[in-house]
Amino acid sequence: MMIELINVNVYYGIIHALKGISFHIDEGEIVTIIGANGAGKTTTLKAISGIQRIKSGSIMFNGKDISKSSATDIVGLGISHVPEGRRIFSNMTVMENLEMGAFLRKDKAEIKKDFNKVFELFPRLLERKNQLAGTLSGGEQQMLAIGRGLMSKPKLLLLDEPSMGLAPIVVKEIFEIIKDINKEGTTILLVEQNANMALQTADRAYIIRNGEIDIEGRAEDLLKDETVRKAYLGG
Amino acid sequence: MKELLQQVINGLSLGSIYALIALGYTMVYGIINLINFAHGDIYMVGAYVGFAVTTSLHLGFFPSLVISMVVCSILGVIIEKVAYKPIRGSSRIAALITAISVSLFLEYGMMYFVKAETRTFPNVLGKNSLKLLDGSVVIDYKNIYIVAITIILMVALQYIIRRTKAGKAMRAVSLDREAAQLMGVNVDRTISYTFAIGSALAGAAGVLVGVYYTTINPLMGIVPGLKAFIAAVIGGIGVIPGAVFGGLFLGMIETMVSAYGGSLYKDAVAFAILILVLLLRPSGLLGRNIKEKV
Ligand SMILES: Nc1ncnc2c1ncn2[C@@H]1O[C@H](COP(=O)(O)OP(=O)(O)OP(=O)(O)O)[C@@H](O)[C@H]1O
Ligand SMILES: [Mg+2]
Repeated sequence: MMIELINVNVYYGIIHALKGISFHIDEGEIVTIIGANGAGKTTTLKAISGIQRIKSGSIMFNGKDISKSSATDIVGLGISHVPEGRRIFSNMTVMENLEMGAFLRKDKAEIKKDFNKVFELFPRLLERKNQLAGTLSGGEQQMLAIGRGLMSKPKLLLLDEPSMGLAPIVVKEIFEIIKDINKEGTTILLVEQNANMALQTADRAYIIRNGEIDIEGRAEDLLKDETVRKAYLGG
Repeated sequence: MKELLQQVINGLSLGSIYALIALGYTMVYGIINLINFAHGDIYMVGAYVGFAVTTSLHLGFFPSLVISMVVCSILGVIIEKVAYKPIRGSSRIAALITAISVSLFLEYGMMYFVKAETRTFPNVLGKNSLKLLDGSVVIDYKNIYIVAITIILMVALQYIIRRTKAGKAMRAVSLDREAAQLMGVNVDRTISYTFAIGSALAGAAGVLVGVYYTTINPLMGIVPGLKAFIAAVIGGIGVIPGAVFGGLFLGMIETMVSAYGGSLYKDAVAFAILILVLLLRPSGLLGRNIKEKV
């Protein structure tokens, strides 16, 4: 097991956002978490990456409890979180955004190789590397957000709704790239509202409802499941 | 014409000092959205450090400039840790009240130690001056020092912000704190760097003012602090080139009004410009309104 959440509870003031969530991801997997608005998907990712403190429970990453570690240390351990809404640094260039992704790294030569890897994955970023990130199209911004996330050389990549607000053709492209990233050896936790695409891409899935894991299983099984189809895949 | 040239030089000097102080306001605002009303008092402390170094230690201008910058940067970091960090995330009014308290603490704390009386800064730069146009335009060496040092400090600042890791972290945190955290940026440390750099610039301004106007007192930070704050707002608070532009602009306007309209009006004009800018371009002359892409 690469990462395991055990009975994790998160509160925002009096709002009980995560109610004893438990799940795990094995090395090399693509696991997806799907669920409606406000179900607690983003909160789950924030808890893992250390920008939202948990009230109780534990988060084990490669055998170590990281639930009290700082966000900085968690990046250093090999978890990279590509946030919902992209959150690229709009006033910095594409290149500077990627440099920020490698913020904690000191291996200059390796960083350079990883820039090239990102540009191979996203050739459109190479053409625009000196452009201000805020001037990119929505799809390009998502590519930049993912590329920036890869620059820390993560073992586990957390993706929060990478398809949000993108045209179907771009969504397809992004999901293909997510599969490629996984094939290169990065484990992926994919949060999505686009349940159909997510289930087609992932190995396993958890469906979260009101802060609790409602259904879990192999992605291809859930795609065929009657209740899942009705509730999340539009019939 | 010659008179005008003379006034332009004076305006540039005053404007440089405003710009140095305004940078600290704008950097701190950019990163934690706090108007650090104690910033003008850090500049006052800088002037006193320079005074102490030149009179007690008998060191020259450059050592006093450097020591003052170092002391002020440490002071700025301590103020942030002790006063502002505990109330991060509280309401803006709590932050404002805290900043005003720190300001009063520095003013009257200093008064306790050095007494309220005005001190005369030693003339560490000599009386040399440059005479242009057959001696009808006199450029004091002091003016040259002020402008040159301001330019050097701004180039250094630009280098730090554009090229160094700490500088990039500062920009990232001010653009999106949470996203910066996700990159592994240590936000607390980055805020400390920001206070250190902004306060060092204020310390430099304090020494330059001591040298230029020759008198210092514990309340000397109030008015220039306010003016520099106005300059930062005119240029666009949170925008670094805006602080430089706003400072030079305000310094120039004040000098011209004093020279040709009467010095009684200069503060009124400063506030009138502030009000005009706030009415017509609330984000400042160089401020940008970036709309978030969803
Ligand atoms: N900063 C916050 N303060 C208070 N409540 C919050 C905060 N962030 C999230 N919540 C609440 O916690 C619950 C879970 O939110 P979360 O953002 O994790 O949902 P989500 O599954 O990511 O939804 P979406 O699909 O809309 O992004 C919601 O009820 C939300 O209103
Ligand atoms: Mg969400």
